[in-house]
Amino acid sequence: MGAILTRIKSLDRRLLYMALLAVILFFPLVVRNDYWISTMVLFGIWAILGLSLNIIVGYAGLFQLGHAAFWAVGAYTTAILSIYLKVPILVCLPISALVAAFFAIIISRPILHLRGDYLCIVTIGFGEIVRLFLYNDPFKITGGVNGLRGIARPSIFGLEINTPTAYYYYVLFFVIITILVMQRLENSRLGRAWNYVREDETAAEAMGIDTVKVKLLAFALGAAWAGIAGNIYASRYTVIAPETFSFWNSVIMFCIVVLGGSGSIPGVFVGTLGMIMLPEILRSVLSSILEWRLLIFGIAMVVMMIFRPEGLWPHSRYRLELRREETSS
Amino acid sequence: MNIILQQLLNGITIGSFYALIALGYTMVYGVLKLINFAHGDLFMTGSYLGLTIISILIGAGLGGEALLWALAGIFILVMAIVAGLGVGIERVAYRPLRRAGRLAPVVSALGVSIALQNAVMLIYGPRYRVYPKGVIPAIYWQVGGLQISFLQVFVLVLSLILMATLYYFIHYTRLGTAVRATALDHDVARLMGIDVDAIVRIIFIIGPALGAAGGIMVGLYYGRINFTLGWGYGLKAFTAAILGGIGNIPGAMVGGMLLGLFETLAAGFIPQGGAWKEAIVFLILILILVIRPTGLLGERVAEKL
Amino acid sequence: MALLEVRNLTKSFGGLVAVNDVSFQLNEGEILGMIGPNGAGKTTVFNLITGIFPPDKGEIRFNGRSLIGLRPHQITELGIARTFQTIRLFPNLTVMENVMAGLHCRTKAGLWASILQTKAQKEEEKFIREKALEYIHFMGLGGLEFELAKNLPYGLQKRLEIARALATNPRLLMLDEPAAGLNEQETSELMELIAKLRDKGITIFLIEHDMKVVMGISERIIVLDNGYKIAEGTPEEIQRNPRVIEAYLGKEE
Repeated sequence: MGAILTRIKSLDRRLLYMALLAVILFFPLVVRNDYWISTMVLFGIWAILGLSLNIIVGYAGLFQLGHAAFWAVGAYTTAILSIYLKVPILVCLPISALVAAFFAIIISRPILHLRGDYLCIVTIGFGEIVRLFLYNDPFKITGGVNGLRGIARPSIFGLEINTPTAYYYYVLFFVIITILVMQRLENSRLGRAWNYVREDETAAEAMGIDTVKVKLLAFALGAAWAGIAGNIYASRYTVIAPETFSFWNSVIMFCIVVLGGSGSIPGVFVGTLGMIMLPEILRSVLSSILEWRLLIFGIAMVVMMIFRPEGLWPHSRYRLELRREETSS
Repeated sequence: MNIILQQLLNGITIGSFYALIALGYTMVYGVLKLINFAHGDLFMTGSYLGLTIISILIGAGLGGEALLWALAGIFILVMAIVAGLGVGIERVAYRPLRRAGRLAPVVSALGVSIALQNAVMLIYGPRYRVYPKGVIPAIYWQVGGLQISFLQVFVLVLSLILMATLYYFIHYTRLGTAVRATALDHDVARLMGIDVDAIVRIIFIIGPALGAAGGIMVGLYYGRINFTLGWGYGLKAFTAAILGGIGNIPGAMVGGMLLGLFETLAAGFIPQGGAWKEAIVFLILILILVIRPTGLLGERVAEKL
Repeated sequence: MALLEVRNLTKSFGGLVAVNDVSFQLNEGEILGMIGPNGAGKTTVFNLITGIFPPDKGEIRFNGRSLIGLRPHQITELGIARTFQTIRLFPNLTVMENVMAGLHCRTKAGLWASILQTKAQKEEEKFIREKALEYIHFMGLGGLEFELAKNLPYGLQKRLEIARALATNPRLLMLDEPAAGLNEQETSELMELIAKLRDKGITIFLIEHDMKVVMGISERIIVLDNGYKIAEGTPEEIQRNPRVIEAYLGKEE
């Protein structure tokens, strides 16, 4: 499979990108099927979630298995502001991002020093505590098990976004922005700092890098972006409930990043394709596939770790390694 | 006063379930420094296997006293099967990754957990399954205002026997000493002539076996089981293991008991306690890891520079 | 005033006293060597100075300023850099990226500047790359910029670690067994390098077991044994010191 991927990548790059761009831009106009367009909107939201977790897991190398909690904070902030205070969705967007980031800083600060597998357990814990909080609704604002309904739709200059095609381009815009921001971060002083912390935290600290601040920034930024995804998700479906923000979905996000290729932007898209799109596509073919989905994923996780732990589309610096392995064998 | 004693009794009973499962976590972690996320699901598999075998026997006409005596065999059989499953999982999903860094084993363990849960769900269905009633006769004794059931005695005695056996094994046999040596340092143990792979296999026999026993007992005690059982119990048992000091075997037993007591008392005396049970357990876990990661009885594991 | 002042430094781990009431000074521009049998506490002294853990007792002053309670990255910012006994490079990153790590604390582009790619940030990136290349060439690693650190041969990895430490622009460079595992050729190149660094104005503090290196380039040497400082002086004095000989060879019965 590695050889196939290499061959694809060696095709004239620019031609490939332009073709991809054309497909993406004209997709809703060619495929006039609302179901598939909506599926692509869902894909976009999950891709943004994957990219947000990629900061924490892929760049900074922190085990975060409770990411759905940040998604939830963003979604519920938007929902509460929209339903109770009639705040416009686009105004809710930055607020949701900030609230999620703030929340992330508070809960991650005391646990930053924990080692890999312990951090993992603790993040699962936080994820569940958030979900239980939403479910039990002690302050009577989260709607409990039924969640919240009646979230508004975003409107730009008076034009409301409420058709699948409109949403497609709306989400596409955010996906593109997210990719641009991630690329810039990757090649910046902060992005490099994340790499150093991931590779060897003690050495990084000894080289003058404030590892606490760097890790906090990873959590805050990852959470902020998940909060944005939450805002988009809430206004798209106008109804949100705690069961969406479950441990399972945190696991799916985690797999999107790790199995797709930790730290690599194309890898996140490949991962989202596998975890979200494939079951949707197969569903129209095999109706019972959804039941088997998690079983297959579980097995896939084990298999991937044994045979291709760097993911399906690893970061470019690893691909140099793989290319060397492939040409020498 | 009676209420408190009753709750204490209930607490220790539940605590022994947690202790049995916690032992599995702590032993695997002690030797491999790996959190076996799939362990709770092995416990769950044990309870389902117990259900199947008991149902088969009842269907074949076994009942009453004969069934009770057959329980010993049922326990051994289920424990053996789950132990085999445990060894198989270790061989396939963990052994290849022993030197593969921090991320891969965690992802693999999660994968096994997810796969196992869903395999059981696909075979047995997503709904709750009910354990046949009356396998353990419903006999009650009144001891000074306290009501004790035969079932509780059964569970407590069996748990005690299992834990005592394990303690004896670890501290008073040569093999047990080898296990402790391997937990301290793989390479040195190997130099001493210990077959580390064999020790790991033993750990993955004992741990899952104990968990399976706990699984059958949970089925008998509560009467119904579900494929998500491993998740809740696994989490609490892991918290118990951390509480007692991960890698510390007596610690896991003590931690399990404490957690069972705490949970019962909290649910009994805090209003609405039940709904927040899991959140409280998580909170305890997080607090321990942040404030006193070595647990109550554990030892410090320093990082070498 | 000495550049580095260490007074009554003491550190125990559990029941073991690793460093026991050690005091010494480092003057600016000199090369100080620290020797002693294995387990004497030398690396622990390094770790205490660089803030990896706090001492139980004692004082550490750099340029008059106390280092106790500071985090390692703050100490590096003040001008102390170190290498590790077992090499601690960033294995899956390139030589270039490894060296750029040292420049992190000397630059300041933050989150927003990175996302918006301000003019200042772009210039700083250019500066970082140019400086990193300078250090890479200085350490003789030119041409290897895009090799992954883990793929370098041992000798070059040691050089890379020094390059990375130099990138932090230190006043004091602490080298933990820089000659370990090097062959004769590499060892004399190392000694030339250390002299060159001293000539550039960097103060050097090194732990070494290779006596040729230590005696050859150190101006002064301190000797540790079992946590105690048992001797201090010039290489000649140390070589003739009976306590030092005893520590290494054992007591004469």
